[in-house]
Amino acid sequence: MEKAALILLSIGVVFNFLGTVALYRFPDVYTRLHGTTKCTTFGSIFTSAAVVVYAIQMYLRTGEGRFATLSVHVVLVILALLISNPTGAHAIARAAHRSGVLPKHAVVDRLAEDHRKKGGVSV
Amino acid sequence: MIITYFAWAAAITGFCALAMVGRLVAGPTIPDRVVALDSINTMVIALMILLSLLYDSVVMVDVAIVYAALSFVGTMFIARHVEGGV
Repeated sequence: MEKAALILLSIGVVFNFLGTVALYRFPDVYTRLHGTTKCTTFGSIFTSAAVVVYAIQMYLRTGEGRFATLSVHVVLVILALLISNPTGAHAIARAAHRSGVLPKHAVVDRLAEDHRKKGGVSV
Repeated sequence: MIITYFAWAAAITGFCALAMVGRLVAGPTIPDRVVALDSINTMVIALMILLSLLYDSVVMVDVAIVYAALSFVGTMFIARHVEGGV
């Protein structure tokens, strides 16, 4: 049972580190957003899940109420991350495209074509 | 003991959050900086959860919930400003 928390923790830490690497190694803002946001969300959820598993296990072993409180509150944090992080990433990408920052090595830009066809917002 | 691994995970997460400051300072465009800030916020939330286990304080998790909500509002507001709405 202790192995489960350890495995979840290892996965989470590795993905957090990969997100940091992605922030430095990718060429433009969209690829950085792609790498970093997904990796850090995934990794943070996994480290939090490790804390949940460890707290539940300690609650079953010792019977102290504070571990149950800890696990329930960490589940709330996971829900908040799950809702707020992809929404923020979507808003950043949309704002970057509208403010005129273009993908670096892209050949086609279907979003700009779409906007031009509709005659709506000029990008 | 497994709590040692949690301490190491907290150390690595804190190092990642510090390393992201480089992109926050050196990002060529404003959306780059916003991406770095959003990632730093996520890493700080993960770090708070690990530290709440290490220091035995549930209050830090509640602080993390409020921090997540406020960082979400901040990110949305900065994105709106970059877009040209506000």
